[in-house]
Amino acid sequence: MNFEIILHAGLATGTILLFAGIGEIFAERAGILNLGVEGMMLLGAMAGFSISLTTQNVWLGLVVAILAGGILSLAHGLVTIHFQADQVVSGLSLTFLGTGLALVFGKGLTGQTPPLIPSFDIPGLAAIPFIGPVFFANHSLLVYVGYFFAPLAWYYINRTRPGMHLRAVGEKPSAADTMGVNVYRLRYFYVFVGGCLAGLAGATISLAVSPGWYSDQTTSGQGWIAIGLVIFAQWNPLKAALGGYLFGALRRGILDLQGPALLFGLANPLYINSNFSFFLKMTPYILTILALVLGSRAAIKKRLGAPAALGVPYIRGERGL
Amino acid sequence: MSNDNLLPSGLPRIESLEMRGIVKKFPGVLANDHVDFDVKAGEIHALLGENGAGKSTLMKILYGLYHPEEGGIYLNGRPITINSPTDSLNHGIGMIHQHFMLVDNLTVAENVALGLKSSREPRLDLDVVSARVRELADKYGLRVDPDTVISKMAVGERQRVEIVKALYRGAALLVLDEPTAVLTPQEVDDLFVIFRQMAADGHALIFISHKLDEIFALTDRVTVLRDGRVTGAVLTSETNKNKLANMMVGREVSLTRERPSVTPGKARLKLENVSAVNEDGQPVLININLVVRSGEIVGVAGVSGNGQRPLAEAIAGLQRVGNGRVLMDDQDVTNLAPAQMFDAGLAYIPEERMHDGVIKDFSVAENFILQDHVRPPFAKGIFLNFKQIAAHAQELINAFSIKTPSRETLVKNLSGGNIQKLILARELARQPRVIIAAQPTRGVDIGATEYIHAQLLKQRSAGLATLLISEDLDEVKALSDRIVVLFGGEIMGELSHEEATPEKLGLLMAGEREIEKMIYTFDKGR
Ligand SMILES: Nc1ncnc2c1ncn2[C@@H]1O[C@H](COP(=O)(O)OP(=O)(O)OP(=O)(O)O)[C@@H](O)[C@H]1O
Ligand SMILES: [Mg+2]
Repeated sequence: MNFEIILHAGLATGTILLFAGIGEIFAERAGILNLGVEGMMLLGAMAGFSISLTTQNVWLGLVVAILAGGILSLAHGLVTIHFQADQVVSGLSLTFLGTGLALVFGKGLTGQTPPLIPSFDIPGLAAIPFIGPVFFANHSLLVYVGYFFAPLAWYYINRTRPGMHLRAVGEKPSAADTMGVNVYRLRYFYVFVGGCLAGLAGATISLAVSPGWYSDQTTSGQGWIAIGLVIFAQWNPLKAALGGYLFGALRRGILDLQGPALLFGLANPLYINSNFSFFLKMTPYILTILALVLGSRAAIKKRLGAPAALGVPYIRGERGL
Repeated sequence: MSNDNLLPSGLPRIESLEMRGIVKKFPGVLANDHVDFDVKAGEIHALLGENGAGKSTLMKILYGLYHPEEGGIYLNGRPITINSPTDSLNHGIGMIHQHFMLVDNLTVAENVALGLKSSREPRLDLDVVSARVRELADKYGLRVDPDTVISKMAVGERQRVEIVKALYRGAALLVLDEPTAVLTPQEVDDLFVIFRQMAADGHALIFISHKLDEIFALTDRVTVLRDGRVTGAVLTSETNKNKLANMMVGREVSLTRERPSVTPGKARLKLENVSAVNEDGQPVLININLVVRSGEIVGVAGVSGNGQRPLAEAIAGLQRVGNGRVLMDDQDVTNLAPAQMFDAGLAYIPEERMHDGVIKDFSVAENFILQDHVRPPFAKGIFLNFKQIAAHAQELINAFSIKTPSRETLVKNLSGGNIQKLILARELARQPRVIIAAQPTRGVDIGATEYIHAQLLKQRSAGLATLLISEDLDEVKALSDRIVVLFGGEIMGELSHEEATPEKLGLLMAGEREIEKMIYTFDKGR
């Protein structure tokens, strides 16, 4: 058990949730619930890995991963925005579609070694005791990007004019529409942004923090955790980043708990019987299920600050709005 | 261009706007049938008509929310196309919608800036917007603070925000779709001052309201719609209330109410020292004592937000009663569930009819059996008896002359007045002993209002105990045997039908209990 290592790993794997969670925040802030994160992530992970392998160009792989997630999300946009269908059903189908595509096209990728996104130390900062090794040493470029990304996303949503339009569209689309804001276009755009970020999250796994292609184990349900995280984070990118890092550290910490025979001077039950740790490994998923169940209750959603029009298709001029 | 053609905001005036031969169909309804309509700079033009006559539809077409099947729009004589609100805004057309179009968790300034580029793209320039909002607010005497979040505002304030929004964009032509429906008389007067000033400045205004007094107080011309067709266009100065009512409804409408004398019977509904708190723990009802007898209408007057809604909901079982008791026919029914209250003989016409009164995605027939769908004759075990349900629906539709394309039509597609009639029909068909009618005619046209009032009075004669909660003083005064006034969750005083003058009610509504006591002892002493 080494806190430095746990926190370091937390930041690395937390970056996956950070991108996916913030992507979902963009979509949900615009009023569109996209339950297809897992599918978009897996497709992104596969596409990035595959392209990086075949072209030997990791940057091209990264771009394709992002676009793969984005393009897949447009299917959800078409179904829910244009055809105004149920967002839950469409999102679930998207997960099946994305997962299916990724598994088919990902056949034979296991065990391959494409070029990866570079990891490096930040000169100077890495030397700071404790802080340096945790935050600024031996991290993938994408982890460093994540440090900036969350505050930027927060600033964009809360302090810019386009960000205000985004909030309005998810809160009361009819009001935005009557003020000349193009609700349909913005909703498409932010669903696409969410998809791109899910794709990026996928590539963060397969090309950076835990490289490789392990079919559906590559994402192992982190897309769902990202959706739960959005509720925990109350649709706030900063909290989503913190939550992502926390989940990441939790996962690593649970693994590390199995190592030592003695824990705080007592016999470690996890060391004696590794079955115990299954339950611990479940915690992120259990928390996610809890968040999703609680988050689906209208009263709680309201208190947490969910966008008021989340999940509701916008139909121009409909009465009683 | 000479200065005469510009508004104070520097934008060009709309000298004339014409809509010609507008046709708009919805499934089963011809909402606009070759409608011609026009408005000029400096004019306030009223659009009048029953619920569902097609007023909002016509205005939504002008604003780009609907596309007409036929017809054209002409600005200063030239044809224009309007495909979306963006187009209409660019032409200088603004609209205040029948329902608030405000984003609740944004501030006034943010709502105003919505849809506009910022002067500091991509960053917000809310300080600039706020300053300009203050300027406008000063010029028109509108009390709004640009930095307040909408969710913290009362309805009157929100309406002022809507006006600021329109003024900010210039709004050479401003459509006002029932802007006064939820306002107090004082707020209405304040708004009218602003509308008149706007007209004097050269804006063109279109004003929709069901209140004939307002039409005469404010407007220059009136166009009347009935079933989607124009039935008259007259100068306001050359017409009168009865003529307008006639054009709207197509028959004589009685604007006064006959209250036959009825001797009240036994006490049906009793509230004893009822107190309640809201979700945040704030008291919303304080020591309410109230009796409603059989054959009696007790009016509850007051400015909105002074406990009317908690009062109705405390009786209906939707608001927890903290202290005190609610009795129906001397039985303690405090904090029973709504279903139990309905079974005990309560009928409830809720204030938020779309939200609490109907399921808007259910059909008319289904909405008629919301309470009784579990028992015969509508149900047999777990099966519904569709024949009975249909027959019941048809009977009520006929008896209450509810205007609907069919009994299978979804309720959300009915007009406000007809939804209100539907609720009334459903509640009265259950043969209740006590009825709570909260804002029963808000936003309802004069024909339906007359009908609803007549029904309430008829039921009064038949022995129903009625609690009438309304902000419309004329309505309370016209129907009630006794009137209590709510202020800050407390009953300020009680007046009989005869002693309830607008002045006395006004004082009580403003929370002047002492003066009420004086009047009370004075009257008693006499
Ligand atoms: N989106 C819609 N879908 C179907 N029918 C509609 C729709 N909007 C309006 N209608 C129908 O068109 C008719 C006209 O409605 P409209 O809202 O224009 O009436 P209104 O004159 O504004 O009435 P109110 O005084 O109640 O506001 C009504 O019969 C209504 O049921
Ligand atoms: Mg209307």
